[in-house]
Amino acid sequence: MSVIVLLIGVSVLVAGAFLGAFLWSVKNGQMDDDYTPSIRMLFDDEITSTKK
Amino acid sequence: MSAINCYHCGTACDQTITIEDKSFCCDGCKLVYQLLDQNGMCQYYDLTQMPGMTAKGSFTAEKYNYLDSQAIQEQLVQVLGEDQAKVVFYLPQIHCVSCIWLLEHLNKINSGIIHSQTNFEKKEIKIVYRPSQISLKQLVQLLAFVGYEPMIHLGGNDLMTKKKVNRKQLFKIGIAGFCFSNIMMLSFPEYLSVETSELGILRPFFIYLNLFLSLPVLFYSAKDFFISAYTGLRQKWLNIDAPIALAIAVTFSRSVYEILTQTGAGYLDSMSGIVFFMLIGRWFQDKSYDSFSFDRDYTSFFPLAVTELVDGVEQNRLLATVQKNAILLIRTDEMIPADAQLLSSGGLVDYSFVTGEHAPIEVAEGSMIYAGGIQKGRSIKVRVVKPVGQSYITELWNNPSLQNEKNQAQSFVHPWSQYFTIVLFFIAFASALYWWWTDPSKILTAITSVLIVACPCSLLLTVTFTYGNVLRWLGKSKLYCKNATVLESIENIDTIVFDKTGTLTNHQHTHLEFIGDTMNVKEQLAIKSITNESLHPLSQLITNYFSKIEEVVKVESIQNFVGKGTRAVVDGEEYLIGSIAFLQLQGVDVSTDIKGSSVAIAINGSFRGVFSVNHIYREGLTQLFNQLKSQDYEMYLLSGDRDTEYFSLQQMLGEDITMHFEQSPEDKLNFIQQLQFQGKNVMMIGDGLNDAGALKKANVGIAVTDQSHLFTPASDAIIEGAMVPKLAQLIQYVKKGKLVIILLFILSILYNLVGMYFATRAVLSPMVAAILMPISSISIVSLSALFTYFFARGVASKS
Repeated sequence: MSVIVLLIGVSVLVAGAFLGAFLWSVKNGQMDDDYTPSIRMLFDDEITSTKK
Repeated sequence: MSAINCYHCGTACDQTITIEDKSFCCDGCKLVYQLLDQNGMCQYYDLTQMPGMTAKGSFTAEKYNYLDSQAIQEQLVQVLGEDQAKVVFYLPQIHCVSCIWLLEHLNKINSGIIHSQTNFEKKEIKIVYRPSQISLKQLVQLLAFVGYEPMIHLGGNDLMTKKKVNRKQLFKIGIAGFCFSNIMMLSFPEYLSVETSELGILRPFFIYLNLFLSLPVLFYSAKDFFISAYTGLRQKWLNIDAPIALAIAVTFSRSVYEILTQTGAGYLDSMSGIVFFMLIGRWFQDKSYDSFSFDRDYTSFFPLAVTELVDGVEQNRLLATVQKNAILLIRTDEMIPADAQLLSSGGLVDYSFVTGEHAPIEVAEGSMIYAGGIQKGRSIKVRVVKPVGQSYITELWNNPSLQNEKNQAQSFVHPWSQYFTIVLFFIAFASALYWWWTDPSKILTAITSVLIVACPCSLLLTVTFTYGNVLRWLGKSKLYCKNATVLESIENIDTIVFDKTGTLTNHQHTHLEFIGDTMNVKEQLAIKSITNESLHPLSQLITNYFSKIEEVVKVESIQNFVGKGTRAVVDGEEYLIGSIAFLQLQGVDVSTDIKGSSVAIAINGSFRGVFSVNHIYREGLTQLFNQLKSQDYEMYLLSGDRDTEYFSLQQMLGEDITMHFEQSPEDKLNFIQQLQFQGKNVMMIGDGLNDAGALKKANVGIAVTDQSHLFTPASDAIIEGAMVPKLAQLIQYVKKGKLVIILLFILSILYNLVGMYFATRAVLSPMVAAILMPISSISIVSLSALFTYFFARGVASKS
């Protein structure tokens, strides 16, 4: 049974790590803009041909 | 001249300015295209069709000279390290994918820019650059050149604090969510009523872990509820947070008691759950329109710095430091910052900010020129007569009747929560009395159970989620409210006051109408040739009126009278084109009853007719007024104009609408105040600085804008011009929102009754509480979304 204590402890730690990641991302400003990144990722990197 | 649009900005144009197969409306647009083409940035045009801002109108490089000043740079620029600086600009022109692409690839144009990042919703750009390669001034000039002129404010730190508040809210939600889910998981054995012996050591381990996890929820996430309840109580006022704070506190203390006396596992899961849901509700309701500013005062309309002439030498000076009697140089398209006297000729001032009237007014040398006007002619010199803070227009803001805060209508939620609390205490007391009679050991259990289960959080959730949803749907219909309180004020409105120019009419479209004898082709050709010579906006309107005539003839002699008109000779015939007063002065017998903006024409001394300038009314106004009348609103119309359009307005809006003309900004403000003295709840709809006082004074002030990036005066809500005729439906929708809240209130009371059934019998198990809490919360949230969506569909299909 004591293995459950260990597993619970681990699971809370894992969840805590995710909480930490969330708090870090908020602090880092990643939640400040929830729209522009969705557009930005669709831009092509570089235009190879100079003119169409 | 077929319909060809500028490749850059989409303005209709002819094919005079072209590169290869692309046409441009002006050299400005062409230059921007060339700059982007040279740098291989034509993807800008591939992402969106005609994405650019029109570069029409002159671009003055001197405008930004003040950015070289060290003091201003210190306020705007954040130095990151050696030769690296960061600056954030507000660019209201950002509107499409191409904008983001261009602004984030600025480093291709100038290598001094290291990195630029846009925020589409806030319409902001963050630029990291090397000050040694590109100065702040050059940076702003580059942005302005490609069509994104930054709106620069000093001391704009409120955005930063807003951001911090927003992040704090997310922290609280994250922590509450984490603790809630883990407590719920660890409470599973309790729900399943596993035999205590089977768990052994695990049970206390689970329970104490729960207690530990609930501490951050109580002391951090739920902090705001306690603070709000406490401040409310200190003002002897029981707000909705008071019963919530009480419920949280009682739930926690009872749980701690149960855990320490080993009589139970407590209700920590319910407690952290309600905190989590309520925080989400608040966050949902508070999502604001970041790119709009609702609290502008006059300083945001005026430029930051002006050019002062000191002994004939140009000097840049912060506007705030400009003294009386200073001589200022106002360039084309610059705003006049203070009431002043015109010292040079060429004053052509657009007062549309101040009066709503779009046609520029010519000002003769030596006359007064008022703050808020925009110089449309060439550069002029003016002498400041009054300090900036005391000009005609800024006095509106200093009006004493605006000093006291708007008395917001008390939210109808608060009385409900008060009744709720009173009934709650009554039930708790009654059940205590009953148990004292039958089994005194259960008194405490019954009282705390009642307080735990009867949490008013479902009331709060109903309000926050419904208003959040309503705000979002209104935003989709282009009516942007400042916050949820505005919605409640809109519900209570009984009187609506409209401004005419810019509100009922569309600013950007004027319509020229010729009233008089028809002219033959030769005369038309001559008039077009004469007006073609002049840059006066009314002349340009006439030139456009004759756009079917393609040629021009030679004008033999031309004589301009500033502010009055033109005398010209074409083909031996004398033409007089100008104001009615001008023609009369020249001895022409003018017979017309046209007032307002107009241009009269006389040929060889005989009067031929008048071009009258009309604003085009928005479509659907008659319907709007009929709808509002059928909803029993009292309506008024205020206009700064003369009463030239009285009859056509009466025909359009109905005879029972009271109209007041020639109203000064102060008159409008006083009119609103008078209505309020009569006990009316007034909504004011207007635009421009001339309505600013009235908008601020009214219970609900709605500013109309035809371009969302233009300035709007301080207001409670901003509506896009095209949506004004839909106003009746939008108000209806807000009222439906209240209906939704009342329906859901009834539902949440039903949930509370079920909980009471268990609580008063003192058999509330953690299991029942843990089931009741999420069911009531989730059902209320989803029903709120469903109802608001349903009503919004109804409004959309009606309009």
